[in-house]
Amino acid sequence: MAVDSTDGTLFPPDSGAGPELIQLLTPEGERVEHPDYAVDLSDDEYLALYRDLVLVRRFDAEATALQRQGELGLWASLLGQEAAQIGSGRALRSNDYVFPTYREHGVAWCRGVDPLNLLGMFRGVNNGGWDPRENNFHLYTIVIGAQSLHGVGYAMGVQRDGTDTAVVTYFGDGASSQGDVNEAFTFAAVFNAPVVFFCQNNQWAISEPTERQMKVPLYRRAAGFGFPGVRVDGNDVLACLAVTRAALDRARRGEGPMLIEAFTYRMGAHTTSDDPTRYRLSAELEEWKLKDPIERLKAFLHKQGIGDPGFFADLEAESEELGKRVRNGVRTMPDPDPASMFANVYAEPHPLVERERAEFEAYHASFVDAGEDGH
Amino acid sequence: MAPAQSTGTTRQMSMVQALNTGLRRSLESDPKVLIMGEDIGKLGGVFRVTDGLQKDFGEDRVVDTPLAESGIVGTAIGLALAGYRPVVEIQFDGFVFPAYDQIVTQLAKMHARSLGYVRLPIVIRIPFGGGIGAVEHHSESPEAYFAHTAGLRVVSCSNPVDAYWMIQQAIASDDPVIFLEPKRRYWTKAEVDTAATPGPLYDSRVVRSGDACTVVAYGPMVATCLEAAAAAAEEGRELEVIDLRSVSPLDFDTIEKSVERTGHLVVVHEAPSFLGIGAEVAATITERCFYHLQAPVLRVGGYHTPYPPSRVEEEYLPDLDRVLDAVDRSLAW
Ligand SMILES: Cc1ncc(C[n+]2csc(CCOP(=O)(O)OP(=O)(O)O)c2C)c(N)n1
Ligand SMILES: [Mg+2]
Repeated sequence: MAVDSTDGTLFPPDSGAGPELIQLLTPEGERVEHPDYAVDLSDDEYLALYRDLVLVRRFDAEATALQRQGELGLWASLLGQEAAQIGSGRALRSNDYVFPTYREHGVAWCRGVDPLNLLGMFRGVNNGGWDPRENNFHLYTIVIGAQSLHGVGYAMGVQRDGTDTAVVTYFGDGASSQGDVNEAFTFAAVFNAPVVFFCQNNQWAISEPTERQMKVPLYRRAAGFGFPGVRVDGNDVLACLAVTRAALDRARRGEGPMLIEAFTYRMGAHTTSDDPTRYRLSAELEEWKLKDPIERLKAFLHKQGIGDPGFFADLEAESEELGKRVRNGVRTMPDPDPASMFANVYAEPHPLVERERAEFEAYHASFVDAGEDGH
Repeated sequence: MAPAQSTGTTRQMSMVQALNTGLRRSLESDPKVLIMGEDIGKLGGVFRVTDGLQKDFGEDRVVDTPLAESGIVGTAIGLALAGYRPVVEIQFDGFVFPAYDQIVTQLAKMHARSLGYVRLPIVIRIPFGGGIGAVEHHSESPEAYFAHTAGLRVVSCSNPVDAYWMIQQAIASDDPVIFLEPKRRYWTKAEVDTAATPGPLYDSRVVRSGDACTVVAYGPMVATCLEAAAAAAEEGRELEVIDLRSVSPLDFDTIEKSVERTGHLVVVHEAPSFLGIGAEVAATITERCFYHLQAPVLRVGGYHTPYPPSRVEEEYLPDLDRVLDAVDRSLAW
């Protein structure tokens, strides 16, 4: 057993089941109260969250299938992490700003980013693909942890502007080992930046379990940097919503950063290129299936009698419709003009890029000419 | 899959298997050799280069590290100071940069700063280059950044035979070696004779002889240039293809001897042409062979753009046509 370096006590394998876990909805769909965090939602709001969860899972499944069919080069599934993303995503106000990793499809959904835009990078038609300012949702970042610093810097900017914008920067359990993330904690703390660090601890960084990244529960790291950290049930959409709202409000009030560890599980492979059977046991997966984020909200809705059959039927139809739109959208997504690689390399004209573009175009035109001559 | 062919000491291996076998040899022959990186243990690395090594050599010698490249290289430096020979895996080319500070400011200079008292026998393996349809940061060719730094040696294997020997030679070197593995060639196979005697690590090699034009490449582009040479031969022109194998040090002698005969030189790499390895080859060979050259040295390379999205990467990467186009231009000069 590892020694917990914060207080010298023994730190058993971290099941996440300790009293620190903030939960408002049990895996069985029972509402529970928490002394510090509460949500008071109308029936429609519960249903709206349910709709988000279902549609995002559907979108994700569709993308995985499209990768299998060769329409996408790669896909990083969010399966199992829907509640963490929808809960935190729905806590945001429109003027808040998000810095995602490559897996935040649910947050993107909440921000209003067209799901098809998310797929461009995975299909290989662009390296980003949207205007981050349109939905205050930054580009996906693949280099682990880099975006955490951008989030802090953005927060330092809005702090200077005196607006009530708050920032959320997402990252994973593996990312918490990176220098960038630890530097982001430091900067956020000393500048009291209005930023929320939202870490989805999905227990795995590709093949490495969390024990390879940390010897204390992740949320406790914040204390060493000088700001609060909490652990929330990442499969509980209500708790994720409540805790993120509170953290954002805190940031808005000028009380500085906060770390939220959403304790969840990566139900799928790391990406479609990965083979998790090489490194983890299916028993773990079976255990987490019982904590499914959608099933528990569904159970709650049924128990409370929220949502009539019409709602669920409509949602099913909407889900089908979304699937169809995504499939068609991807299949008809045009390849970029090859010469577009020379576009936007710099904001101002650059003679080398211009020269190479001209040479590139002349070279390709020579094939067209040769082809015409030859026939 | 067909079973691996084996006759005596010769076995058919993919480049991945050749690297794996070479690493295994080094682990067996020197107890100070360690392998460290992300996902290299149970998973065997995302390309399976370290497959089975942790099982056979234990977690102390094949180490899954926390997800932090600066941490990996920085601690490898400390381990080397303590007498170990760390072999570091960086998962993809684009992820070496968090470690760039440790590599350039520490690893490269420590031997000189210690007046030669300390040696840093560290190998940094990096799968590099494009052509596998990947998302961004998974297709880059960062060799010039490293070759520009004194104190680092930079090599790249182009085939399984070299992969098998070069990795062992790099591990045996007392200098830091950046070991670039052409990921698009990981699955090409060749007969590897594990009892052969390898040539020196830093020598270039003529891999096809010819008299019309010299074509220089390394890593992934060697195969492309050999294809181009085969196509040219059908039209009656024999290209001489040189596999540099080492980018730093750079074996100019082999190129010089070739250019003295052919009078034409084309240098090919995936990395951007601008300030790339080809620019250095062109400048030095122009100095050395000025009166033998019948045309300026031409370069075929990537462009001064970010590596493009995978759907258009074939337009970015030098291919047979672009190599032959450069050869034609050189010969027609
Ligand atoms: C700097 C850097 N190193 C390595 C990688 C390769 N890589 C991609 S995802 C990943 C694991 C990330 O784990 P975690 O932070 O827990 O996020 P998750 O994928 O579980 O959502 C690794 C090692 C990378 N993208 N960037
Ligand atoms: Mg993770």
